[in-house]
Amino acid sequence: MLETVTNVALITLCAALLIAVARLVKGPTLPDRVVAMDLVGVLVVGLTVVLAASTQVAATLDAAIVIALIGFVGTVAYATYVERGDPE
Amino acid sequence: MIDILTSILWIGGSAFALLAALGVLRMPDVFTRMQASTKASTLGLGCLLLGAALQLGDLGSLLRVVSIGAFVLITTPVAGHVIARASYLAEVPLWDGTVLDERSPDGRGTNQEDSVRDRSDKGQP
Repeated sequence: MLETVTNVALITLCAALLIAVARLVKGPTLPDRVVAMDLVGVLVVGLTVVLAASTQVAATLDAAIVIALIGFVGTVAYATYVERGDPE
Repeated sequence: MIDILTSILWIGGSAFALLAALGVLRMPDVFTRMQASTKASTLGLGCLLLGAALQLGDLGSLLRVVSIGAFVLITTPVAGHVIARASYLAEVPLWDGTVLDERSPDGRGTNQEDSVRDRSDKGQP
């Protein structure tokens, strides 16, 4: 049963990832893309965590920690860039 | 029992993640999109992390899961605030239906120019 649930959760997360990427491509302004990229980061962390638990490889959680960290730093860096530059 | 609890948490968490993505796709401007993405994705990721902690079950992975959860809970609001501030200062157009903009020069509402720019944005694919 858990295998089916894992597959459903992974497919749902991938669908969410695709939708977030659609917003990333559509724009229309730079902050929209930054928000979409932030969401992509959180979704990838969730995907990694589910994979770590379903394969019972706890070391994968370290990768999730690193992805969360880099996502936050990237978002803040883009935000300072948006504050200075042109929003288009 | 643990499997059932994990199933509920994972289904719920991934549903919330999907809702966050749908909100980001469907909401009308940057600020409402950010609202959808930060709230729903934090709750969804929290559910997924809890389910993973139940499933793995040892102390080391529990500590890692708790640290990811704490990190995301602390950083998501900060990131949201920073993006909102940056996009407001960069004069990103507000939605037509915006009711209150306390920092605009006349104290409330959006100005006409922003609304026009917002409408012209919707024509893009």
